[in-house]
Order: sequence, then structure tokens, then C-alpha cells
Amino acid sequence: MNIIIPMKRVPDTAIQIAVKDGRVLLEEVETWVINPYDEYAIEEALRLIERQGEGKIIIVTIGPEAAQETIRKALAMGAHEAYHLLDDAFEQLDPLGRARVLAAAIEKIGEYDLIWPGFKGVDNDEGQTGVMMAEFMNVPHVSTAITVEEVADGHAVVKVEAEGGYRRVRVPLPAVITQTQGPHEPRYPTLRGIMGAKKKPLTVWNADDLGVDRDELEPIVEVLNVERPPARKAGRILEGEPDHVARELVRLLHEDAKVI
Amino acid sequence: MADLALVVAEHQEGKPKKITYEMLTAARSVAEELDAEVGVLVMGHDLDADALAEDMGARGADVLFVADHPDLKEYAAEPYAEVIRQLIEEEEPVLVLFGMTPAGRDLAPCVAAKVEAGLASDITGLEVEEGELYIKRPIFSGQAIATVRITRPPALVTVRPNTWAAAPTEQDEAADVEEVDVDELPENGIEVLAVEAQESTRPELTEASIIVAGGRGLQGPENFHLIEELADLLGAAVGTTRAVVDAGWRPYEEQVGQTGKTVSPQLYIAIGISGAIQHVSGMRTSRYIVAINKDPEAPIFKLADYGIVGDLFKVVPELIQAIKEYREQEP
Ligand SMILES: Cc1cc2nc3c(=O)[nH]c(=O)nc-3n(C[C@H](O)[C@H](O)[C@H](O)COP(=O)(O)OP(=O)(O)OC[C@H]3O[C@@H](n4cnc5c(N)ncnc54)[C@H](O)[C@@H]3O)c2cc1C
Ligand SMILES: Nc1ncnc2c1ncn2[C@@H]1O[C@H](COP(=O)(O)O)[C@@H](O)[C@H]1O
Repeated sequence: MNIIIPMKRVPDTAIQIAVKDGRVLLEEVETWVINPYDEYAIEEALRLIERQGEGKIIIVTIGPEAAQETIRKALAMGAHEAYHLLDDAFEQLDPLGRARVLAAAIEKIGEYDLIWPGFKGVDNDEGQTGVMMAEFMNVPHVSTAITVEEVADGHAVVKVEAEGGYRRVRVPLPAVITQTQGPHEPRYPTLRGIMGAKKKPLTVWNADDLGVDRDELEPIVEVLNVERPPARKAGRILEGEPDHVARELVRLLHEDAKVI
Repeated sequence: MADLALVVAEHQEGKPKKITYEMLTAARSVAEELDAEVGVLVMGHDLDADALAEDMGARGADVLFVADHPDLKEYAAEPYAEVIRQLIEEEEPVLVLFGMTPAGRDLAPCVAAKVEAGLASDITGLEVEEGELYIKRPIFSGQAIATVRITRPPALVTVRPNTWAAAPTEQDEAADVEEVDVDELPENGIEVLAVEAQESTRPELTEASIIVAGGRGLQGPENFHLIEELADLLGAAVGTTRAVVDAGWRPYEEQVGQTGKTVSPQLYIAIGISGAIQHVSGMRTSRYIVAINKDPEAPIFKLADYGIVGDLFKVVPELIQAIKEYREQEP
């Protein structure tokens, strides 16, 4: 069983990003991490393979040179091999462009059962790439999976987020399954994992290797400006005994805010 | 002929959901400047087109497209996307609006890929200048707002709930009904084996006008009755933090934040929540924020419109009491 995980790196989620001159200063980001949803996908995929007793996890990343560090982290967690898609033409992709490039890479890898991206990247918060890939590759997709419980007879049984609970669906493979927050905290790489990752195969492909036309990658969604959101007005701290502040709060919510 | 701004409706057994009305408000806010009519597409089975035409008309829709077919009874990406693909081909809308909801966020990228159109996700603003549409959307979990443009029509967007008002218009004319011919619909071979959903009497988290959220400060699942009682008193949804979900005290679907739900209610009451950046990113656009926390240095107070520094086990029961009293005074 081949599991392909499209994985992107994002700025550390605990930092404030810097915004200046109408753009995000990504060059000032010091720590990059695996996109949290992709990390959950890796964790669930590792567990699936352990349960099934066989399988291989292949990481595919579009990103700059420096993304290799993040790819190595995924290999250190236990993924088996990786493809780094690196080309100047990949620098300004919109989700359609990303999906096209990823789909081309996966077709070139050739053998795949599950394509398991995150449900969204927590950088631009788009949440489009996975479903678009499925369309381009003409395979079914399941959005916001909690986990893949089982793979058998050319099908996957997937537990999916649903209002007020979950659904369990059976999807024919190959398929795209987008991962939401999983039930298991993603593992930290062990020292042995980190050492081993250095020896795992990592292939770099550019647009020519993938046979994608650079002109087709022009973004249709253009970012014109980025700014900070308007600051919130300074709030009010209510002081006094609990019964007093509680009553005061109810009054303010009713009379000033008019929300209750 | 006028252009078209098309709203892809969501409904429950023929009754439009709030997000549908909000999308109509959003579409209407730019329709005139785009020189566009407002259309709304309702997909389903056994729909009452006349009742819908009246309701949608009152909300400002000029045209109601109805796609009625047994295969459209329940939401599924492939058949729904195929209907929209056909309609986009025939009507060539300039703008297509979906809800940023479980169905909408699944459907929109599917359609975008089929018609190779640009899609802006989770939008919070629409403006037109000199006939050009400018779209605002939060990025980096709301740490920044991007203005984007989609360089060729149709522009596809998913609309963040609770951002536009669900207000009716002055208009009392029913929308013109156009039936959409539905031929063969594709399937995807996905089989639903089980649905385990608890019927909740509380509103859906992303749609709720009020959310009462409890964090690790509650000290255990047994104390969440305080949160639930306050929520029920206010007709609110219950939210929580990842720390609580990871501890197994509350289910993941209640999690608010970067890897949980993004919410934007009128009122968000954060109780025993520190206000970590990953939590705040999911709720910072709430209109009013109340924080109850015993630590005056908790970062959540930086965001709060009203803050109470104190022990939640003392404050929340008083708050429940105060609301009950106030309800009795003002029925
Ligand atoms: C990649 C990533 C993604 C994440 N995504 C999310 C997410 O989606 N949502 C999310 O919420 N978190 C998320 N987190 C976790 C986040 O960083 C915090 O750990 C979490 O939000 C903290 O939850 P908390 O506020 O309930 O707990 P704590 O930070 O432990 O805060 C508890 C608060 O309760 C107060 N308190 C304690 N006792 C009382 C009392 N008796 N009365 C009043 N106040 C009291 C304390 O003063 C404290 O401020 C994510 C983290 C990472 C790394
Ligand atoms: N640059 C990228 N390289 C590899 N995978 C990506 C990239 N961008 C997005 N993805 C995948 O698509 C998912 C959704 O991302 P997005 O549409 O950007 O929000 C991510 O969780 C990844 O699995």
C-alpha cells in the first residue's frame, strides 16, 4: 500500500507573523513546521501501516530549497521517502496551480492507493488543494477525515467529521482523503529516526521533470495587499465581588453591547 | 443583459439555512455595482419551488434556479458540482458564492477545479471599485487580512458565516423560477456505512450567535455542566480548547481555534481559557468577547471587551443567577 502525503511547511503556529508594505514578511520567520493537519495525516498514516502490517509513506512537498529541512522531519517521524518539487515557477502558485503540480508529481510516482493531504494549510487558510487534486486526478475524495480505519479489498474505511459526531464511509481506492485534527498527538522523531532520515531517498523534481507547462501555472487568484486586522478596542475589567460583577456584566451585555 | 451573481443555497429539508440568507446579503451588496442580477441555486429533491421563490425573493434574489432530482436529496460533492458546472457554463455568472460550511468548503474547490476558476476561501469582505471585484479574507488564522482579486470570471468564494447580516429586504416580489435540467449525474462510489451524530438542541458552533467556551480552567469534564447551563440559558453553542479536547473532556467538534473551528459569533464568552494564539485565531473576529479567568495576566484579556478576573467556580454560578433574575424582570 502506497500512501502519498502532500505536505507543506508553514511558519511555527505559536509566533506572530510580521506584516509590512502590503505583504507577510516570510523571510523573517525563523522556525518552520510541518503544517499541523499534514502532521496529523502522517501520524494516522504511520498507525494505519502499523495496523495493516505493510505500506509505504511518500511525502511530496512543493517549496523552496529550505523546505528540505521540514521534509527531513517527516522522514524522521517515519515516512519512507520524499519528493521535493522545486522550481522558480512554483513560487507564486495559487491552489489550482498547487493541485496541478502535485497531481502531476503523483502521477509520475505512479503507484498510489491513498493520497492523504491535510484539510488546509494554516498559512493562507485556503483548504482547497486536496479536493482540487482529486478532481484533476479523477479520483473520489473524502473531506475532513478523522482517521482511516482500515484498507482492504481496494477500499478504505474512513471516519469522517460530521455535525454532532462522525460518519463512517467506504471509499474505493485510489482516493484523496483530507485530514482534520486526528485523535492522536503526532509523535516526535526519535534520535534514531532523525539519523535514519538522512539516508532515506529524497528526489528533487522541477517543472520539466513533471512535464507541466509553466504558463499554465499563472495564478488566477492574485493577492494584492496584506494588512493587519483592525486592532480591538481596549476592553474593560469589571471589579468587585462575584455577584456584583456578574450583574454588571449582564447589564453591559444587554444595554451597551445589546447581544443578550 | 445583466450579469449574474449566483448564490449556492444550503437548506435543510427545503428550509434555507441562515448562511443562505447571509450569502444573499453579500451578493446584493455588490450586485448593482457589478451590474448583476442576484440568482440563487437550490439543489435537492421534492422541493417546493413556489415557497422558495417567495422566501428568496424577499431576501433579494431575482432568479431562483431549482435543480430537483432524487440523486440530489443528500449533499454529495460529485452530483452537486456537476449541476453547478452546467449552470456556470450556461449562465456565465461573474460571482458564485458558497457557504464556508462543511458542505460548501467541500463543494467549492470541486467546482473550481472542474471549471478552472479561481476560488477565495472564507471571505469576510467584498468591494467593487470601477467594476473590479476586490475580496477580503483573513490569512494566518486571522493575524492578517489579504485583499485578493480573481483575474478572470467566474470568481468563486466561500463566505464566512455570521459575517453578513441575514436581513430581509424591502422587496416582496417572488424570484423568477427557472428549472435546471438535470441529466445524468455522476457518482463517486462512496458508501456511507454509519452515521453517529448526537442530535443536539444547541445551535451549530459556526452558526451560533452566542458561544460559551470552557477551557482547562474547568479542571475536569464533570464541571462542564456550568458551561452547558450558561449556554442553554443564552441559547448558545458550547465551545472549548484543544487542551480540553486532548484531555478527552470534550469532543473535537467543539474545539475552537487554528486546528478546530473558526467562529465569529456576536458574543464569545471564554471561561478558564488562557487565550493561546492558536485558540484566539479561531475566535478573534467575534463581535464581543467576554473573558473570565483568575489570572489577570492571561492573554485572553488583551482581546476581551469585558473581563472578569476571578475564580470561575464563583463567578459563573453568579452569572447564571444574574441572567435568570434579569430574565424574570424583563420577560
Ligand atoms: C499546532 C497547534 C495547533 C493548536 N490548535 C489549537 C486549537 O485549534 N484550539 C485551541 O484551543 N488550542 C490549540 N492549540 C493549543 C494551544 O496552544 C493551547 O495549549 C490551548 O489553547 C490552551 O487551552 P486552555 O486555554 O484551555 O488551557 P490553559 O492554557 O491551561 O489555560 C487555562 C486557563 O484557565 C485559568 N484558570 C484555571 N483555573 C481557573 C479558575 N478556577 N477560574 C478561572 N480561571 C481559571 C488559568 O488562569 C489559565 O489561563 C494548538 C497548539 C498547537 C501547537
Ligand atoms: N506547497 C505544498 N506542498 C505540498 N502539499 C501542499 C502544499 N500546499 C498545500 N498542500 C497540501 O494541501 C493541503 C491543503 O492546503 P491548502 O489548500 O493550501 O490550504 C495541505 O494540508 C497539504 O496537504
